Amino acid sequence: MNFLRNQLDKVKHSFEKGGKLEKYFYAYEALETFLFAPNTTNGEKGSQIRDAIDLKRLMMTVIVAMIPCLLFGIWNVGHQHFLAIGQPDAALGDKILIGSLQVIPIIVVSYGVGLGIEFVFAILRKHPINEGFLVTGMLIPLVMPPGIPLWQVGVATAFAVIIGKEAFGGTGMNVVNIALTARAFLYFAYPTDMSGSVWTYLGDAKAVAAYSGATPLSLGADAATSGANVVASLNSFGAGWNEGVFTLSNLFIGLRPGSIGETSTLMCLIGAFILIATGVGSWKIIVSVFGGAYAMGLLLNLLGGNAYMEMPAHYHLVIGGLAFGAVFMATDPVTASHTETGKWFYGLLIGMLTVLIRVFNPAYPEGIMLAILLMNIFAPLIDYFVVGANKKRRLQRATV
Amino acid sequence: MGQFIRLKKGFTINLLGKASPKVVETEQPETFVLKPTDFQGLYIPKPVVNVGDTVKAGSPLFHDKRHESVLYTSPVSGEVVEVKRGEKRKLLEIKILADKTIEHLPFKKYSVSEIANLSVVAIKEQMLKSGVWPSLVQRPYGIVADPAVTPKAIHISAFDSHPLAPDYNILFKGQDQFFQIGVDILKKLTSGAVHVNTHAASEISTVFSQVKGAEVNKFTGQHPVGCVGVQIHHIDPINKGDIVWTINPLGVIQLGKLFANGVYDASRLVALTGSEVKNPQYYKTYTGASVKNFIENNLNNDHVRVISGNPLTGSAIGKDGYVGFFDHQISVLPEGDYYEFIGWITPGARKLSFQRALGLFSFLSPNKERVVDTNTHGEPRAFVQTGIFEQVTPMDVLPTQLLKSILAEDIDEMEALGIYEVIEEDLALCEFVDVSKHKVQEIVRDGLELVRNS
Repeated sequence: MNFLRNQLDKVKHSFEKGGKLEKYFYAYEALETFLFAPNTTNGEKGSQIRDAIDLKRLMMTVIVAMIPCLLFGIWNVGHQHFLAIGQPDAALGDKILIGSLQVIPIIVVSYGVGLGIEFVFAILRKHPINEGFLVTGMLIPLVMPPGIPLWQVGVATAFAVIIGKEAFGGTGMNVVNIALTARAFLYFAYPTDMSGSVWTYLGDAKAVAAYSGATPLSLGADAATSGANVVASLNSFGAGWNEGVFTLSNLFIGLRPGSIGETSTLMCLIGAFILIATGVGSWKIIVSVFGGAYAMGLLLNLLGGNAYMEMPAHYHLVIGGLAFGAVFMATDPVTASHTETGKWFYGLLIGMLTVLIRVFNPAYPEGIMLAILLMNIFAPLIDYFVVGANKKRRLQRATV
Repeated sequence: MGQFIRLKKGFTINLLGKASPKVVETEQPETFVLKPTDFQGLYIPKPVVNVGDTVKAGSPLFHDKRHESVLYTSPVSGEVVEVKRGEKRKLLEIKILADKTIEHLPFKKYSVSEIANLSVVAIKEQMLKSGVWPSLVQRPYGIVADPAVTPKAIHISAFDSHPLAPDYNILFKGQDQFFQIGVDILKKLTSGAVHVNTHAASEISTVFSQVKGAEVNKFTGQHPVGCVGVQIHHIDPINKGDIVWTINPLGVIQLGKLFANGVYDASRLVALTGSEVKNPQYYKTYTGASVKNFIENNLNNDHVRVISGNPLTGSAIGKDGYVGFFDHQISVLPEGDYYEFIGWITPGARKLSFQRALGLFSFLSPNKERVVDTNTHGEPRAFVQTGIFEQVTPMDVLPTQLLKSILAEDIDEMEALGIYEVIEEDLALCEFVDVSKHKVQEIVRDGLELVRNS
């Protein structure tokens, strides 16, 4: 440790004011504070002691919460690959190998491009590098389809970081969730690459004849027009290559094609447990997103009308990316509602909108992405009313 | 009848080095100072003594140019040895070399029955010239009270919930009579009630529990339950245009002594606390005492920070500094100027945190007394985390929104969000728990000054 410290101290002067590499001070600082918590002390006035938490630790907690989704996702990419090409008996190691070869480059590109841009902006704008991208850089791969070309990951990440974040002033200032911006960018910029069989990584192999790239969401949308029972078509789907892929228990565990990290409701719930136990993610938002989606599902059941509306409400909680969005995207503190009361409304509306978009707007089968982006925009409005109520209480008190 | 109020939010910072209930009378420090910087809201403090002058306890040392009637007087008798000025000739402190035996400037003495019949004018006159007046603090803004105003109520917090806080039962033991006289006089200064706010869970000293003529309220909960601003918010909140005064029990007792004994008695107990102190205990001394005698040969190590006041709201004063006017406490903490290898992720129950993020386990043993140093434990960042300030603010105030309105210098918004109800100490815990390491107390003070001068 002392060796590292000495090396850092040796080069520090060239990055400090007046040094040769002065411009790159914040790049140096990022590295230094990553290796060593800084030796700064509190000022002479004000609080002389500080809580042991810092932003790096907070962000690290979120990353740890994503690890179950990531590991499961890596395995599942391989698993789905072998099922689709007709080799259901492939070894565990092979599945993990295929999954890793596919997923890890995506992670590397996401972090590489994103952190690169962060460094450039930090140097240009002369501000320290915020740790926000540590989480975003992991979220982006988890919402990507496994077969996505790497250049698209890079372009989407660059777009999201520059337009979604830096244009608004950097970490803490962005209006919409960065990772979802990346996903939405791909969705609208390359729509043909974000549908069909992208949800399973096939590589050079050829899928078996029975293989179909349909998703539970698209089956639901089809049912709305054809009138077929959604549960029945989900249960019978996959015959010939992946029998029972969309049964309720399979959907819950996540043994289905889909974006890398979003398929498993179970793994998302483990992540939710970590976030809630550590107090890092807002339990109010997580609970209310699930609650809102379920309530909307029930309401649609009551109304009836078409087969998708009649799908049992709890299916909405396990199909698509609702669980992943509720746990990791909606809870982003910067873009969510900032008031505690507001978080309930924010979450509820995300849940309800997700189901509404899924059922009534077949053009956008994945409702959660748009619902969260939409509510990101509306979160300040929710806060406006909550803060307004606080001001009103104060004003009323004064006039009594 | 007083009220009973239970607060659910907050966080009591449990540190090692609380003062043992032992009062020591060592040799008195040689010098004492009065610092104008201890008082908020002064315009230009102007000294009325020169180096070489001799003063008695109660002789004026300086006054504010805008409120010349309020005199700031010497805590001890002796010789003025230094009038210290800083940048732009700002008056920083006036230092007195104390006599071996303290002589008091005589003020008028009253019997109990005379005190009952005293006029407000006579009371104010004696308070203003003797030096007890500056103990009265005005809300909003936390500034020295304006003698021309009649406040809607006067609040006295009868306990301290700050980290390492001294025990008021020890600080004010046996002062029942003077506290009562002080309360009787204060009652004449307000149009409303005098509130004495006690802690329901602990043993309440008879000084406070037996007081007559005041509303004795009871509070329970975590820090900042002892902060008088939080108490006011729950008893009778400050609205726009309201003026409320606060005073600490010592100020009330000094007021009682002034009228009963005819002297400005600045004697007080000071608790020496903190993990780096060998024998944390109470010392009998006077306001503005040099800390040198107390900490000499009484520290575990040399690399420490000496703080006048508590670790949350106090000021670093150095090893030869002086205790502030409002402080009953000296805290000595380890200085935190060290690097910690990957310190942002290393786990440990040793690290104190209100939060429970990865590797922070202190929430599992909240009753353990911890050693906390002055390291910032992280770097300043943008606001990211939400909802955490609210957990340590037991008031119907939205701290994040209030702080942002101050940063935006939006005075209307600050008013609407309740800036009149807070001063630095009420939101000090936000500064402690903040992931992004904002200087919350500094921001609050900036906001208060902005509103006051608008």
